[in-house]
Amino acid sequence: MSQYILRRLMIAIPSLLGISLVLFVVLALAPGDPFSELATNPNVPPEVQQALRAKFGLDDPIYLRYLSWLSAMARGDWGFSFVSRMNVDTLILQRLPATLYVVGSSQLLALLIAIPVGVYAATRPYSIFDQVANTFAFIGFSLPTFFTGILFILIFSVKLDWLPFVYTTDIKATGIHWVIEQVRQAIMPVMVLGLFQAASMTRFVRSAMLDVIRLDYVTTARAKGLGQRIVIIKHVMRNAMIPVVTLVALQMPAVFGGAIVTEQIFRIPGIGSLLISSILANDTPVIMSVTFVFACLVVLFNLIADVLYGWLDPRISFR
Amino acid sequence: MLDKELRSMIGDVKDGRMDRRAFIQRLAAVGLTAPLANQILAIGGVAMAQSPNVYKPTKRGGGGPLKLLWWQGPTLLNPHFATGTKDQDGSRIFYEPLASWDEEGHLNPILAAEIPSLKNGGLAADAKSVVWKLKPGVKWHDGKPVTADDLVFNWEYATDPATAAVSVGSYADITVEKVDDLTIRILFKNPTPFWANAFVGAYGCIIPKHLFAEYKGGKSREAPNNLKPVGTGPYKFVEFKPGDLIRGEINPDYHMANRPYFDSIELKGGGDAVSAARAIIQTGEYDYAWNMQVEDEVLLRLEKGGKGKTIYAIGGDIEFIAVNFTDPNTEVDGERSSLKTKHPILSEPKVRQALAMLVDRDSVKKAIYGRAGRTTANYLNGPEEFVSKNTKWEFSVEKAGALLDEVGWKVGADGIREKDGKKLKLLFQTSINGPRQKTQAIVKQACQKAGIDMELKSVVASVFFSSDVANPDTYAHFYADIEMFQIPMAQPDPALAMRRYHSRYVATKENKWQGQNFPRWMNKDYDAAIDAAENEIDPLKRADLYIKCNDWMWQDNVMIPVMHRIKVGAASNTLHPVVSGWANDLDNLQDWYREA
Repeated sequence: MSQYILRRLMIAIPSLLGISLVLFVVLALAPGDPFSELATNPNVPPEVQQALRAKFGLDDPIYLRYLSWLSAMARGDWGFSFVSRMNVDTLILQRLPATLYVVGSSQLLALLIAIPVGVYAATRPYSIFDQVANTFAFIGFSLPTFFTGILFILIFSVKLDWLPFVYTTDIKATGIHWVIEQVRQAIMPVMVLGLFQAASMTRFVRSAMLDVIRLDYVTTARAKGLGQRIVIIKHVMRNAMIPVVTLVALQMPAVFGGAIVTEQIFRIPGIGSLLISSILANDTPVIMSVTFVFACLVVLFNLIADVLYGWLDPRISFR
Repeated sequence: MLDKELRSMIGDVKDGRMDRRAFIQRLAAVGLTAPLANQILAIGGVAMAQSPNVYKPTKRGGGGPLKLLWWQGPTLLNPHFATGTKDQDGSRIFYEPLASWDEEGHLNPILAAEIPSLKNGGLAADAKSVVWKLKPGVKWHDGKPVTADDLVFNWEYATDPATAAVSVGSYADITVEKVDDLTIRILFKNPTPFWANAFVGAYGCIIPKHLFAEYKGGKSREAPNNLKPVGTGPYKFVEFKPGDLIRGEINPDYHMANRPYFDSIELKGGGDAVSAARAIIQTGEYDYAWNMQVEDEVLLRLEKGGKGKTIYAIGGDIEFIAVNFTDPNTEVDGERSSLKTKHPILSEPKVRQALAMLVDRDSVKKAIYGRAGRTTANYLNGPEEFVSKNTKWEFSVEKAGALLDEVGWKVGADGIREKDGKKLKLLFQTSINGPRQKTQAIVKQACQKAGIDMELKSVVASVFFSSDVANPDTYAHFYADIEMFQIPMAQPDPALAMRRYHSRYVATKENKWQGQNFPRWMNKDYDAAIDAAENEIDPLKRADLYIKCNDWMWQDNVMIPVMHRIKVGAASNTLHPVVSGWANDLDNLQDWYREA
């Protein structure tokens, strides 16, 4: 087992190197620079923009830039943002809590809705409950988050005036009021993201359950006289969860990576909004770090998913 | 003109025989405006009137929190590194310049004891030096005194190329010397009629020597105070999260009486302009939001809600269509739009004239900019004394068609004009931005009616405005026939805005397209007038020269002005913000208060 994990980690190194190379080259080939705002400012002579480009190494050949980035990264130096002239790691760590809180809770919400609804719908296929659940699931994943987000703002903030739509990281209250405010401002983004996720996940859980529920061993379990609860929870769910685990594990990097659109709509200072503003400003060191960390997380959670398979289904062996 | 009479009137004001108001009224009667009159008085030795600040609060603090919403959050807090307005605004909460531009484009002393003038000996008669005096007793937030050494240091810091300061443009051509502990003298190489650039406005903010001295040059990025500003401003630093949030608390030792009004300040960043407008005007969650690039129709609808309003500040920002005088489709020595070529269609003046007639400025204003724009025939739209009255514009498809007929562009079978078997086809580029794309569509429609086939192209802003030598899509390469964007006027003086179209600054491959004259327009009269104006001390003659320059640009149709853009902010109904079209939104932050 530990040998398997070690081997997988070793394989990950060349693939991460490959990913970083592709990311770097694509970013380096992308046109533009982070100093475009200076161009029309009459107070700033054009030489300044040019000098900044040279100073930050934007005019060097790509392979040199890649090598220096790689060696710095290997030493744990993530570089600094061209836009804020601040170290990239501090910038990312600052943004992480908000993303973990909002996107994490929304994933949790999605699971809490999807698993019970999916399982119950699968035990009574084509019942009224199943039909209703299906209809909502279809509506849920057909509506994009930028639409539901704005709809929620219009209903709950503008018309009803119940919830704030600007997310603040420094809430002035203390104690229980702080917690209440923290929850209040997260309700809308968590709902938007969670319901979207829950919709597609419900469909997934339901079909995974239906696949397993028809198998012979389930009939055997029923024939032995086991109750419906035991059959579903102990015998069907455990096996049906294997594909669901993969799905959830692959969603986990997104918890760290943030949700670009939703974070932008609700002004949540998370990784997603950092990424999009860096992309718009051509702030390559930040884009590079965020996407590379994201790649590492995808590789890591793939490994975790594989290890979890073995735990859920001992027939799967590690070789 | 009126020279003798004017000088005697200045004398009258100086001696107190005529009051300032009467003087300004007399000048207004002959077509000159208040700021110009003031400038004449300043140069004539009468101290400039301090801005008419109606500041009502009678004690410091007690105003609660001030909540600002910027849809692009500031990313750094060192004024010398501030790439964009958002960063200048973030820095300005904590740092201050010697003087700021007020609502009418006058200098308002901040750290300076007074505005230099001939009378107080601050300005030299030959316009080659300026003496600034610091207000005595001003302290940094950490309690250390502000001295002339700090000012000299800021000049050294900005001009050190290794610092990579963005503010270098304001400090590069000057020498700053210390006179005494509270006085500095700025020396110019040439007579400089516009002396209020260094230490004034956004790039004039002053950082403390005792915290930054070790971090001048190559180590500039490592200064811990880049993220923890210690300035002189009305608010002291509490917290900063780049792109997201800035928090400050009241500075109890602030150097202006009864200021600031608010106990704390919060600047939240991110999101988009429309929802920022909502948060101010509709729900009232925030007090003020900047740069409302929102269609006027939407703003009008939101304003019916009633918790907030939009506010407008007039400056000199101009949205224009520039005409390429060189051929973008012929390559000479590895360079398109080369000076060695002439534009095959647009080098004919009548075609440019026709094109100007096809820009329907009224429709653009009505459909897009609304209250945030004014139609104009001029490239130079402010300050008032520099605005030409000799120009006019009109929209007429028929007249444009007639002009094109005159020079041989006849309508072909497919409705597109042609001449010698060549179709009249133009490529129109701009940066990606809602209002710009809509303007493009309006222009294209009119051109189609007149038989011009127009191809539209839009380039993402970070590319369009980049200085990437290898990228052909930048505004400076200008590999298109016409292009549209905005050039802001950062200060109430036309020198920097007009200088760029001097032939000396033509953008070419040789200067890596760093030349600012992107239309590649060459006019000897214009060049001579600009050269003369830069060193002209007499404000009347100087204004006259710039008006002439504007008129030449109008005659030649180098720039087709689309809209004189007006700065739009959103403020809660109770807030009393002081916003100038000649400065950034927060440049007069100390004077903001809330009406009870």
